Amino acid sequence: MEEVKLMKGNEAIAHAAIRYGFDGYFGYPITPQSEVLETLEELMPWETTGMVVLQAESEVAAINMVYGGAASGKAVMTSSSSPGVSLKQEGISYLAGAELPALILNVMRGGPGLGTIQPSQADYFQATKGGGHGDYHLIVLSPATVQEMADFVGLGMDLAFKYRTPAMILADGIVGQMMEKVVLPPFRPRRTAEQIAEQCPWAATGKGNRKHRNVITSLEMDSARMEENNHRFQRTYEEIRKNEVRFKEYYTDDAEYIIVAFGTVARICLKAIEDARKQGIKVGLLRPITLWPFPTEALASLAGRVKGMLTVELNAGQMVEDVRLAVNGRIPVYHFGRMGGMIPNPGEVLDALRANFPEIK
Amino acid sequence: MNAMKPEDIIKPENKVYSRPRLLDERNTHYCPGCSHGVVHRLVAELIDEMGLECTTIGVAPVGCAVFAYNYIDVDWVEAAHGRAPAVATALSRLNPGHLVFTYQGDGDLAAIGTAETIHAANRGENIVIIFINNAIYGMTGGQMAPTTLLGQKTATTPYGRRADLNGYPLRISELLAQLDGTCYVTRQAVHTPASVRKTKAAIKKAFQNALEGRGTSIVEVVSTCNSGWKLSPAKSNEWMAEHMFERYPLGDLKNV
Repeated sequence: MEEVKLMKGNEAIAHAAIRYGFDGYFGYPITPQSEVLETLEELMPWETTGMVVLQAESEVAAINMVYGGAASGKAVMTSSSSPGVSLKQEGISYLAGAELPALILNVMRGGPGLGTIQPSQADYFQATKGGGHGDYHLIVLSPATVQEMADFVGLGMDLAFKYRTPAMILADGIVGQMMEKVVLPPFRPRRTAEQIAEQCPWAATGKGNRKHRNVITSLEMDSARMEENNHRFQRTYEEIRKNEVRFKEYYTDDAEYIIVAFGTVARICLKAIEDARKQGIKVGLLRPITLWPFPTEALASLAGRVKGMLTVELNAGQMVEDVRLAVNGRIPVYHFGRMGGMIPNPGEVLDALRANFPEIK
Repeated sequence: MNAMKPEDIIKPENKVYSRPRLLDERNTHYCPGCSHGVVHRLVAELIDEMGLECTTIGVAPVGCAVFAYNYIDVDWVEAAHGRAPAVATALSRLNPGHLVFTYQGDGDLAAIGTAETIHAANRGENIVIIFINNAIYGMTGGQMAPTTLLGQKTATTPYGRRADLNGYPLRISELLAQLDGTCYVTRQAVHTPASVRKTKAAIKKAFQNALEGRGTSIVEVVSTCNSGWKLSPAKSNEWMAEHMFERYPLGDLKNV
């Protein structure tokens, strides 16, 4: 029978990681995500599944521990919030460059700088456009519920292994801190050494029975080979774009206007849309679940049959750029955002829709 | 009387040295006279002699030894600059029963990676840190290192290192020896046959400590960088003995 629990999104992440069979978690305290590390320390998975949990000396050390664990084919993750995720960017770039699977959780707070501990979505650019140096992408998942927080732990790590690339759960501070009902995923045993060797024949686990050595590196001094490496990364990203776009549409069948929003903001917008429909305004919602790869084609298709789009984000206008690229100038696309930890209510969203599209009565 | 022929001499019983089995037959990128080659040889010899070929994971640094993985035939992970001890922490914890060692230079270990070095050692991670201290950044063209001596000329201290501008040469091994997590901290050199033998014994002890789960071992090897120091290999050895050993005296700093 399904067991329904009530817990915070951050706590659900910790439970889901143990149940997925993660081998290691490496983190550093920062508000508003410290419950991930705290919950793991409280659950002591090293006593049950053998999962390693370690509080590192910094976010920099934590992401490099993830790099080390991933290099040996282990399922490893870290979590942090915006300022800490900035510190992890070097390591994330190395993970991408060495083609290592790993899971990174960012429970976003407002910035720039130390900013605020209140919720934000201002790291969209950082997460979807690279963040660290070099040409790379992360698979970026955007949870809107505590249930999705739990579910995306397994999905993110599965995708990371499938494509040998790091994946990120880009959560806002709301879904990290909010308590909701959640059905936790079933327990899976951690992979055995044999299973890891089969799944990750590239991993540096000690040569064992292999004749050749495995070397994990992002370094290549021969420019022609380095270019070929980059082509290989781009082919992987192309495969991901082809196969892994995820999004949800609400009330789009007859919609004349579309709101595009991700994470918990989409839920606020959904309430606004339900209110709008009671007033006869035909507005729908597209919620990207993968922020990278972005649901470009779905938006392009909607652009052919609606009058305009509005993105609602907890930032100064970041995802709106990708929506505009998808729409390619065919219809107007506007942005409404709150910043600094402020969250809009459904009434404000509806007001913003009316302000940008004055023809709406 | 018959003259002795080469084949009379080249016999297995007369062999005094051969290339270690795990040291690849290829030219290295190291400058002639550099200490790295000797230390690489010792590491390769010991991994073979101790039967650890299949269970060793090396962590390469950023710096001159960045390509260490091209020379010693075990599994390797190339770390970001200074992060080798953090990378090794996870490798060691997630791969019990394996020998995990880092091979790092002074800039990697004692400047950009100071936090990772101190905290891995303070946690007593079961890893071995082989620390090449040649008092200079070799790979990037001879800039000041944290261990550069006062008065020593480098590309970024062209008039010599000054304490008032650049601080003091960092004796990080002395610092690491203070930590409860370290079981063995030693400083050696490889400029004479005797010192090479001592260094080999030190690395062997460090490897044994890791296998026995006794905590972090650090083997500092005071080394030459003849191209960075702009001296011949022979003169570099002399300069090292004359100047480096005063600031970085050889011997065990901790052995518990």
